[in-house]
Amino acid sequence: MQHVSPIREPLVTGGKTYHDITEDVCRQVEAGPNPRWAAGLAVALVGLAIFIYSVYRTLWFGIGEWGLNRTVGWAWDITNFVWWVGIGHAGTLISAILLLFRQKWRTSINRAAEAMTIFAVICAAMFPVLHMGRPWLAYWVLPLPNTFGSLWVNFNSPLLWDVFAISTYFSVSLVFWYIGLIPDFATIRDRATGPIARRAYAVLSMGWTGSAKAWSRYETVSLILAGLATPLVLSVHTIVSMDFATSVIPGWHTTIFPPYFVAGAIFSGFAMVLTLMIITRKLFHLEDYITLEHVESMNKVIILTGSIVGVAYTTEFFIAWYSGVEYEQYAFINRATGPYWWAYWSMMTCNVITPQLFWFRRIRRSLVLTFIISIFVNIGMWFERFVIIVTSLHRDYLPSSWAMFSPTIIDVGIYVGTIGLFFTLFLLFCKFFPVVNMAEVKAILKSSSEVTHTPANTMHGTDKGLNTTNPEHRDE
Amino acid sequence: MNKKFVLGIYDDEDVLLHAIENIRATGTKIYDVFSPYPVHGIDDVLGIKRSRLPIVAFFCGITGTSFALWMQIWMLGFDWPMIIGGKPHIALPAFIPVTFELTVLFAAFGMVITFFIVSRLKPSLRVNVFDKRSTDDKFVMAIEVKDGVTDLSALNKLLRTNGAVEVNEKEVVK
Repeated sequence: MQHVSPIREPLVTGGKTYHDITEDVCRQVEAGPNPRWAAGLAVALVGLAIFIYSVYRTLWFGIGEWGLNRTVGWAWDITNFVWWVGIGHAGTLISAILLLFRQKWRTSINRAAEAMTIFAVICAAMFPVLHMGRPWLAYWVLPLPNTFGSLWVNFNSPLLWDVFAISTYFSVSLVFWYIGLIPDFATIRDRATGPIARRAYAVLSMGWTGSAKAWSRYETVSLILAGLATPLVLSVHTIVSMDFATSVIPGWHTTIFPPYFVAGAIFSGFAMVLTLMIITRKLFHLEDYITLEHVESMNKVIILTGSIVGVAYTTEFFIAWYSGVEYEQYAFINRATGPYWWAYWSMMTCNVITPQLFWFRRIRRSLVLTFIISIFVNIGMWFERFVIIVTSLHRDYLPSSWAMFSPTIIDVGIYVGTIGLFFTLFLLFCKFFPVVNMAEVKAILKSSSEVTHTPANTMHGTDKGLNTTNPEHRDE
Repeated sequence: MNKKFVLGIYDDEDVLLHAIENIRATGTKIYDVFSPYPVHGIDDVLGIKRSRLPIVAFFCGITGTSFALWMQIWMLGFDWPMIIGGKPHIALPAFIPVTFELTVLFAAFGMVITFFIVSRLKPSLRVNVFDKRSTDDKFVMAIEVKDGVTDLSALNKLLRTNGAVEVNEKEVVK
């Protein structure tokens, strides 16, 4: 039994019992579609349709449908790729790193955050695959015998490291997520009334019974997966940053990139988790599980990572000057004052200034302001990748080949389309899967719910405080 | 052959832990305990040994490391050597990222597949749950009944005095 300080805020409010948790979480799975959910899905499906159309244009007419030119050969595609991968990282941070640090507040948000990771990585993967131009040959990135093409793949290339990093990250995250889902699928299975639901959740729950030995193994597997996922998530964005850092482009060739990208990834990911959680808790009435305490904790992570990102921007600028390399110096002066100055200053405003507002407790605990700032951070982090990629490329060593990049409608369509794809997947997840990890929330209920902090129930032992307190509290 | 069980239903984890200790102290063998979430401390009172899955993960990880290094060294160093960026054929530092990723991949999948096999978890329509409330809010202790050996009323009393809110009997068809 762990000791929990009485001054610590409860993580589950409203005097919930174990059964209340089951009811509250299973309700959206079992009930008919919520109209607000259906409206959200309709909007997301429009986005998905835009995605499908833009992909069709890209595949039918080729990469010429995008705004790329000979100077700026990488633009929105890689910007969006890095943006989406970065967003995914918060899910792993919540489920793995916070598990290792024994942070109990992760339990009610880890399920949705991990789902976000998986869907964000799916969206991210679309961009490099589409940029190949011939995605049906995407398997050429695998080390296959050379009858398929020429030679072996180049293991010295960061782009190939990316293939291994992203696919390992995706599959390990998927497995981690699924292991956590098994006991909750069993709960839904044992409550299911319809024949289809009972069979579907029986198959998904893989015959889980919740025996003591199985739980013991489950906990061991979760811990080891967390231990594996922690260095994995750091390696993924490190390798993504090496796509740039190992090249000799001024503005890209810097050793600060790996830590700076990892901090930025967690920063943007937490912003996206907040955006999603504020919507989800409202949509599915989960205010007692995703409390202001959770929002505040996430906002603290945002201040920390936002400040790290701010220091990184400053350091980069300083080192460019201090290096004495005129190309490096020009790349940075050009970022801040050149034709893309507006992108640079949008990035600085959204990423460095807005998160500092979270030093005020009132703002950290205000849902409206948190939501607005989380959107700012999402936008800022998109601009960060755009600034790094496009402004470093558009004015290269030869002034005769300087160019500007402007996106086409198809570029915009694919980007907006992946947002549609993401929300389609996320909303389907919310409807058919338990959106809060019931088993883990039940496990922290005794030590961290509101009820145990009332004087009558602080005594541990044989009192049945949990299930007898507040018997009248069964409001719907 | 059919097996009969007596199920003690509990609604609090601390009561359950005390009950397990007391019941095992009387020499009664507990078949299994089912709970809606992992109850900390239950392994000790039930005498469950620590899982050896971390060892499986370690050896799968080592396999991944060796496979990745062998694959890269063989492909680029021996099967079709090429000079890339003026580096040696076997440029070990450049092989580290892929080696790391495959170590994690093998360790994670090796351990999870072993977990599914040893816990007999597989997609199936037939599920043997003693009491469906054990995935919701109740803790279920199952004790196997041996005909002619087990004294049912004594067992019932033992479970009740140790805090069971309900005692049921259940027959499982094998």
